[in-house]
Order: sequence, then C-alpha cells, then structure tokens
Amino acid sequence: MEHDRQNPAFYALLVALIFMAVGPIFLMFVNSFKLDVDIIGGTSGLLFLPTIQNYETALCDILWYEPDHIDFCSLKFGGAFINSLIIALISTFLTLVIGCMAAYALVRFRFMGRDTASLTTLMVRMVPPAVLLVPVFGLWNNEFCLDRDGLIGGWIRDTFGGRGDVCLAGTHSGIILVYVAMNLPFVIWILQSFIVQVPRSLEEAARVDGAGPFQVFFRVVLPLIKPGLAAAAIFTFRIAWNEYLLASALSDRNTKTVPILIVNNMSEFNVEWGVIMATGMLLAIPPIIFTLFASRQIITGMTAGAVKG
Amino acid sequence: MNSQTFNKLTPYMFMAPAVIIMAIALLYPLGYMVYGSFRDWDPSQSISETEFVGFKNYITLFFDPAFRESLSVTLIFAFTVVIAEMVIGVGLALLLDRNIRGMSVLRTLFILPMMIAPVVVGLMWRYMYHPTVGTFNRTLKSWGFEGVDWLGQHALLSVIIADIWQWTPFIFILALAALQSLPRSALEAARIDGATGWQQIIYIKLPLMMPVLIVTALLRLIDAFKVLEVILVMTEGGPGLSTEIVALRISRTATEFRELGTAAAMSNYLLILLLFFTLAMFAFTRLQEARAARLARQVQEEG
Repeated sequence: MEHDRQNPAFYALLVALIFMAVGPIFLMFVNSFKLDVDIIGGTSGLLFLPTIQNYETALCDILWYEPDHIDFCSLKFGGAFINSLIIALISTFLTLVIGCMAAYALVRFRFMGRDTASLTTLMVRMVPPAVLLVPVFGLWNNEFCLDRDGLIGGWIRDTFGGRGDVCLAGTHSGIILVYVAMNLPFVIWILQSFIVQVPRSLEEAARVDGAGPFQVFFRVVLPLIKPGLAAAAIFTFRIAWNEYLLASALSDRNTKTVPILIVNNMSEFNVEWGVIMATGMLLAIPPIIFTLFASRQIITGMTAGAVKG
Repeated sequence: MNSQTFNKLTPYMFMAPAVIIMAIALLYPLGYMVYGSFRDWDPSQSISETEFVGFKNYITLFFDPAFRESLSVTLIFAFTVVIAEMVIGVGLALLLDRNIRGMSVLRTLFILPMMIAPVVVGLMWRYMYHPTVGTFNRTLKSWGFEGVDWLGQHALLSVIIADIWQWTPFIFILALAALQSLPRSALEAARIDGATGWQQIIYIKLPLMMPVLIVTALLRLIDAFKVLEVILVMTEGGPGLSTEIVALRISRTATEFRELGTAAAMSNYLLILLLFFTLAMFAFTRLQEARAARLARQVQEEG
C-alpha cells in the first residue's frame, strides 16, 4: 500500500499524542522499579538504580524465598491475584457460553417472548454497578442463603466449617454470578451483530445433513464467529478483572480481588508509592497483553457494539 | 419426544440459561431495590423486618442539599467529559484520517488507557497530581511556576482531565471507523467541485457521520454515569462534596451511613435518569433505521 507523505508538524503531533496516551502508564512502570526514597526524593527521570524490591513486597505471600527487606508479609497480593484470576476467567467463560447461545436464539429464531427478551437485554445494559450495589449486598447476604438446618447447607457447614447460614456473599461463586449477569446483556448485544453475518445457507446445509440444533450451533456457527467471541471475551474479562465496587461489597477476607487490595492500600494515610505502583502494574499487565495481541479484535468489537447498536 | 416439539423448544433451550441468570442476579435485585427503597432499611435487618415508610426516602433525598450537590456534580462531570471527549476525539479522527504508516500501532497504543483498570488509572493520576512528588507540580516548579493544588481546589477539573485521558480514544476510534466507512464518491465529488478541506468537513463529513456520533455520545454519556473507581481512588469524593458523584454517594450511604433504604432510593433516581438517556438512544436508532429504509425504498422506486 502506498503511504502519503506528511509534513513534519503532523509527525510531531503524532509523537505528542503517543506520549500523552502512554506516558502515564510508562511513568507507573518506571516508578514501580524505584525505591520510595527515589520517588519522593525527586531523582526524576531515568537515572536511578532499578530494583525489584517493590514487586517482592507485593508478592511476598507466594514467593518461594524470603526477601531480606521484609520483616512481615502484610500485603497478601498473591492470594488476591489468584482470586481475581479465578473470578475473571470463570465468569468470562460462563458469560460467553450463555451469552452466545442467547444471541443465537435471538437472531435465528422467531419465538414467543423474543421481543420482550431482546428489549430487556437492551435496557439492562445501562444499569451501573453502583445501582446493583444495594440490592446485591442485601440479597447475597440475607436471601440467597442455604439454611443451616437444611441438607446441603448443613453439609457445607460441616465440611468447610463456619457458623450460621451459608450465603452467597463472601464466596467466589457469589461474585461470579453477579459478573455473569452484569456482562450478559453486553455480550448478547455484541454477538448478535456477528451472528447475523453468518450465512443461513450454511446452517441449513448442516441441518439437511442431519445435524441437530445444538450441533449446528457448536459445529457451524461458533467457529464462524470466532472474532466476535474474542472481542466479547476481552471486554468481559476486562470488566470482571477490573471491577471494584461489587467485589468489595461481596468479598470477605479470603475472596478479596486485586482492585480491593489496591484501594485499601491507597486509603491509608501514608501511601507507599513504590509498592502501590508495583501492584497497579501487576493488575494492569493482563489487559495490556490482551491489547497488544488482540487490538484488532478489540476495535472490531467496539465498532460493532456502537455502530450497529 | 417427536422432532416437531423439539424444534419448537429449541429457542427456549438456547435462551434459558441467560434468562435464568439475568432474572436471578439482575432483574430480581432491581425489583428488590425498588421494594427496599420504600422501606426504612438497615444492613443488619433482613428486608421482611423493615418498616414501610412510603415515599419518605425519595422526599428526603429530594430536599437533601448534599444529594442535590452530588447530582449536580454528576451532571457537570458527565456532560463536560462527553463534550470535551467528542470535540477532541472527532477532531483527532478528522486530522488523522490519512493514509499513514503505522496507523494500527497508533490505535493499539491509544486503546491502552481504557483497557487498564479504573483503579489503576486513578492511582496513576493521583500520583501525577500529588502536590509535592507529583509529576505535574514538579515540572511546573522546575520551570519556575507555582505548583497547583490539583486535587484540592481544582479537584473536579482534575478528575475530568483524567477521564478525558482515559476515554477520548474510545470516541476517536469510533469516529475514525465512521469516517473510513463514508462513501468515497461523495468526497470525491466534493473535491472535484473544489471544496476546501474545511468545507468538506463541515458540509459532507460531519453530517454523514452524525448518526454514529450521536449514538457514540449517548453511549459515552451513559458510561460517564458509571465512573466510580477513578474518582474514589483519586479524591474519595472530596474535598468536601466537590467530586462526590451519585454512584459514590450511593456506596457511601450504604456502607458508611448504613441507610440502605435511602441508598436504594438514590439508585432509583440514577436509574430513572439513565433510563431516559437509553430510551433517547433507542428512539434515535429506530428513527435512523426508519429513515434509511424509506430512502432505500425511494431509490428502488425511482430506479
């Protein structure tokens, strides 16, 4: 492809834009390798001795050795990271499977209640997490519980310990459930625009060959909408991985996710910038990797979501 | 089971998991919230023990200066960021809609800010705005200026700048996609007729992009009401109430003041506001589709 020549001012603008977009992230990256003395003391720029001490402090609970500079491992980052990973991966997987089945039904079948379902999906897409906070907190703590005298609840309590009723709040599945529900409308909406493009003749051919509806769906339709699935997966993962508010309301000490950990450490009086930047960097790495490798899918998904709305 | 009933049941089987999950974890909670908003509700009580108070929560909120303040902060924040992001994003798209090398690299770098966690964005900006160690004040001081009290006196502005940084790329990418899908023939015709660059933008490009731009702006507006983590990490709503958006106030009312009924009523106000914008977007896209269909029919009849 032939590229046009542009004048130098244009390139200067481009460089400035890139600097503005990436600068803050780069700054955090650099600072996460600095000691607090260096960050506060003002040895600005790149002239400093890089150290991985901050990362050691952050990850102290899963390191196989004991770093010299830590007396007591107070920051349980490793555990939170694993929680985040479990919650984000499982909820992304569930959302995708359930979402693309629903999207397929909405696009390909005429059935009673189809319009209601499609309209409801569109409407609940705008519900912000803050609105769900109060009811979800109340329900997950008080209503979605297994009675302590009941069969399953009693079994869980005997096996895992604990007193009183067994509730959804404070478990991984509680957070996963609300993330799946929250992301479903968006995934259904975005996948509809991809499924519409699958030629009907392919599905009919498969049906003539004797494939059942589920076979047609999993063998014919799914492989064809892979780009859409990738885009939907990235967006769902991003929300589940980054979400703070609902996770903070639903998690307990053992199911904390990384964003909660960062916010808790930020609100302390004396912020340890180096360590905080290291944890922030660790939280930012998975989305950054996704962006670098799948930016095309992300952009396709974004435009499909907005332009075809 | 014969094959006929099987075919009729198929769509329901495909829909069932999604419907069940959304009913349990989305629609039921919303109904629960509406129900709870009419009650005097404390976190330690289960909802059946609470007292029915009618519209008391709504009325108290309506006359509550703190809630009004946070509502106006939210509206100022949302509209300012959307307008600024639209202007900058569309402007950049018009400027960068050229055939240059490395455009895809550029777009990749631009979407980084909106992919990383809002918590991390807040953290980065809180560091950069820091009165003594922050990047901005250090730079200002090294140039011989006074430092600015970013997160104190100018908290709302600082929060707005951070949001613009994070979300302008979204508008930029959508506007660029819209620009590149414009019919080449119209632009070609304008160029042959001798339209200048500005004339092309004002009379051809912008009007043709308008449908996409309006949907984008509405989407962004709805999202701007969801922003919470960035502000929470940067200012925690302070100083005073100057950056306390409604979402933040809901979470504080529920967790700090322990008034779930009031928080539920607040959520309802926010929901009604958003419902209004969503309906506007919905109506607009419907209108657009109807117009496109009419145009297509006209073309067919003439041809």
